[in-house]
This record gives sequence, structure tokens and C-alpha cells, in this order.
Amino acid sequence: MEILMHRIGIWIGVFLTFAIFSFLYKDNPFYKIAEQIFIGISAGYWFIYTIYNILIPNLFVPVTTDLAHNFLLLIPAFLGILMLCRLIPSIDWVSRYALAVVVGTTAGLFFKSYLQSDVLNQLTATIINPFASGNAAQIIGELILIIGTLTGIIYFFFSKKHEGAFGTTARVGIYFLMISFGAAFGYTVMSRISLLIGRLNFLLGDWLGIIKP
Amino acid sequence: MRRQIPMLITFFVGTLIIVSEFIPHKPFGTLSTSLEGWFLIISGFAIILGQLSLFKVNIIKISRKAPNWPYYIIALVSFSIMVICGILWGTQKQPGLIPISDKMLNFFGYKPFDYIFKYMFENLSATMFSLLAFFMASASYRAFRARSPESTLLLVAAVLVMLGRTTIGSSLTGWIPESLSFLHLPNIASFIMKYPNTAGQRAILMCAGLGVIGSSLRIILGIERSYLGGK
Repeated sequence: MEILMHRIGIWIGVFLTFAIFSFLYKDNPFYKIAEQIFIGISAGYWFIYTIYNILIPNLFVPVTTDLAHNFLLLIPAFLGILMLCRLIPSIDWVSRYALAVVVGTTAGLFFKSYLQSDVLNQLTATIINPFASGNAAQIIGELILIIGTLTGIIYFFFSKKHEGAFGTTARVGIYFLMISFGAAFGYTVMSRISLLIGRLNFLLGDWLGIIKP
Repeated sequence: MRRQIPMLITFFVGTLIIVSEFIPHKPFGTLSTSLEGWFLIISGFAIILGQLSLFKVNIIKISRKAPNWPYYIIALVSFSIMVICGILWGTQKQPGLIPISDKMLNFFGYKPFDYIFKYMFENLSATMFSLLAFFMASASYRAFRARSPESTLLLVAAVLVMLGRTTIGSSLTGWIPESLSFLHLPNIASFIMKYPNTAGQRAILMCAGLGVIGSSLRIILGIERSYLGGK
């Protein structure tokens, strides 16, 4: 029976795959059905994931097993219920209290983490001695790295008009940004193509058995 | 008061988290840790709110017979089946309300939630994202028209990275002698990724990071209030 259900599962997967790919021709009922199934299943998956992996271990288990030591957790539980009041239009304003905690915490955490990881750490990694290594390629590369980072930052400085020497430097920064976008684009194309290859593997391997995995 | 109190809460919580970074001792350290735990729980409720809101919106569309309303029934049924299966029989790692029988496990080969995940969710998500490969072809055409030095650089970088990261790149430049190995496409792609690409990414990261810090400060100080709604 397990093998039969496996085969049925494969056929369901094939139907859904073709239903999604049918959008390449034009929007049609099969695509719409598959799209709505995807929305429903994704929402259901994240609903269950949140309950089992966030709320049960962090709230329900500590509160039900040792309330005396975890009674403070009733505050976020209360705020969480206030958050759900957003669904009732007459009292939706109470959700602002819970939202204020989430927004305040996020702002505080982002302030700390972005300052450390995206500003200070990147700055430290850029302030290097490019001539420390004897390798010519590495010296050129590290000079490019320093110049590219500095000119890129200058491009993002909009408080001064981009003209003269400042404008020329900003222009060099744009070139580095374009190389970066090109590399990112190349990687994105490759990742999407690899997903497509995965789909073809599924159709030709798992379904038709023409190719061996 | 419906706006002032939330703004005060945001100010207090945000300031506390930042201060705890510089004074990691009691009470700031412990309060900050507690707040981060609370944040996780409230965020969990926020995710639940999102799913319930989707449910509500779909029900409203169906009851008002909005255009294409029968399709929204499919979304509701899919959502309900996934949630019921997850709650009743649990997931691969979590037990549900009802212990799953061996008969059912042998029938599906998995728990019902995992069966739907494996054969429906995985296929749907992979196909949906692979669909973008086709649309990228037209996007590439627009992006790769070398009309200016900037778009030429984008084109050259993308082509070199794509060729350098695939086997065709190695075979195209495989004949070049080892003494000129820096001309091998995989090496050129690695050089681009390691230096000019990192430089561009680093500039974006640092400037975006400064932007996030500025936005965080605006929120904490109550200058940015859009999260409280328009009323």
C-alpha cells in the first residue's frame, strides 16, 4: 500500500508541476488551482510550524510545567492575544501594544546587529594592508577591494552633488556596483536553472523512469 | 493614549535593548534577554495572525462572490487539511493530539502532514521558483543589451561568472597553459567574486546598514510612526 501511495504522490506532484508550468502558455484554471493549493498549504505549513516550533517550546511547555518560575511568560502570551485582536475591527487598536513591543525590540536588535555586522565588521575587513602579501594577484585584488568599497560608499552619499572629482569617484563606484549586480544576476540565473533541472529530474526520473537519479 | 502608550513602549523597549549592549549587567542584561524571548513568542502570534487573516480574507471573498471566488475555496480547503493533519497526527518530529496508528503510517509511508509536504508542497514550491528561469530569459535580454559602460560591465560580469561556475567554462579555457592559469574562466570568475563583487556588496551592506540604524533610531525616538496605523 505504501508503494501505491508513493505512486499516487508522484502523480499528484506531476499534475501540480504541469499545472504551474501551464502558466508559460497563459493564465488558466489549472494554474489558478495549483496556485491556490500552494497558498493554502504554505499557510497551513507555517501555522503548524509556528505552533510546534515556537509557541509550544517557548510558551506552553514552560508555563504548563513550571508556572512559578515562568509566570512572566504570561505577559507575552497576553500581548500575543492582543495581537490576534487585530482580526476584530472594533478592538483592533489594542494590537498596537503588542506591535509596539515587537517593533521596539526589532529596532533595538537591528541597531545592535547591523552596527556590528554590516558596518563595523565590514569596515574592519576593508582596512587592510594590500601589500602585506607578496602575491601580485592578491595585491591587485585587495587594492580593487579597497578602492571599490570606498568609491561605492561615496556613490551612496547623496548629501553632496555628484560633480567634479566627487562625481568621478562616485562614477567609479557605480562600475563596481554594476559588476556586483552582474555577478549576483549570474548566480540567480544559475540557481533558477538548477531548480528547473531538478524539476526535469523529477519528471524524467521519478515519474517516467527514463533517467536514473 | 491609543498612540502615545505604544510609542512609549517602543521607546522603552528599543532603548533597553541598545543600552544592554553597552551595560550587559543586571538588570539590563537579564531584561534584554527576557525581551528577546518575549519577542519570539509575540512574533509567533503575529505569524498565526497572518494565517488567520488570510483565512478571513478568503472567507470574505467567497461570501461576497468576488471574481474567481471558487478558487479561494481551494485555498481554504488546502489550509484546513494541512492544519487539521498537523494538529491531529503531528509532524515528523512532533506528536499530534492523536497517536498515529501503524496501519495509517504503513498506508501513507509518512504522517499525513509530511505526506502532503513531500508530494505537494515540495513540488509546488520548486516548480513555482523554477518558473522564474523562463522569465529570466526575457529579463536577461533586457539586462544584457550593452548600451552603456555600466550595462556592459553587468553583462561581462554575469557571463564570466556563469561560464566560470559551470563545466563549459573550464573546457573552453582548459587548453591555456598552466603558466597563464589566471586566464582560466573559473579563476577569472573566482577573482570577480572575491574582489570587485565583494567591494560592491560591501559598499551596499555598509550603506544599507547605516540606513537600518537610522530607521531604527527614528522608530525608537517616535519620529517614524507609520507602524501605528493611519488613525
